[in-house]
Amino acid sequence: MTSRKYLVLAGITIFSTLGDSLLARGMKDLGGASLHNIPALLLAILNPYVTVGIVLLLAFFASYMSALSWADLTYVLPATSLSYVLVAIIAHIGFHEEISNTRWLGIALIAAGVGFVAAGPSATDVRRTDAESKQNDLHDDPRGTVLQGKDLPADERCTEARS
Amino acid sequence: MNNLYAWAAIALITIAATTGDVLLAYSMKRVGDVGELFQSHGLFAVMRRILETPTFFLGVFAMAVAFYSLLFGLSWGNLSLVVPASASLTFVANAVAASVFLHERVGRRRWLAATLVAAGVALMAM
Repeated sequence: MTSRKYLVLAGITIFSTLGDSLLARGMKDLGGASLHNIPALLLAILNPYVTVGIVLLLAFFASYMSALSWADLTYVLPATSLSYVLVAIIAHIGFHEEISNTRWLGIALIAAGVGFVAAGPSATDVRRTDAESKQNDLHDDPRGTVLQGKDLPADERCTEARS
Repeated sequence: MNNLYAWAAIALITIAATTGDVLLAYSMKRVGDVGELFQSHGLFAVMRRILETPTFFLGVFAMAVAFYSLLFGLSWGNLSLVVPASASLTFVANAVAASVFLHERVGRRRWLAATLVAAGVALMAM
């Protein structure tokens, strides 16, 4: 579970960074595409950078959804924010952008926040969550409630269960 | 005037992105652990469970609103203002929304993490 956890978190970080970078690179090829030029935006998909970027962003969405299925939102978001740092590094190496001292300070703060939250528990109070989801299940599943109402006549139980 | 539009876009992006994140997190909690479901019932079962969750589509819709607000925001304001400001605000808004709507226990550790990341993102814009 733990290794899978960090693998998915790393996947979210890397897929979103690379996906965004490739999209940005591809859109630069197009020049000044705007909303007034819809056909150009549609043709953008044919650009190889944009295509690969979209595939990576889909992979990001899948891993993000997977993480949210077993971890808290307040855990996943800070734990994957290293992507901001990665973007800066890619911009520095790939696009030769300068990184100022303030930016380095920002990078340090983000890294501290990530380390802080990632070391903690990924889901808070499992017992309470279980109790709540059971309540929700009973609430949403008519069969569950009906099966509990033992005083109902058998016929009524069946019709309610089917509806 | 343009600045006012930029901040209006930032507010809209933050609200839409937070709504989207909270709805998606809520949906996936209802679906349950995707990894376990995948191992026991396969990919098709996972897709079906997700597609049967209406709040998932609301979440995706809110995310789309956030994305298009970002596009419009970028035409009114600077890239270096709109992107970090909305990302930074979204971190804090998400921590508040997750504790209110999802009943997540946002302890001191997570408040500090969200604040550090938000501050870091804001600094990177300078």
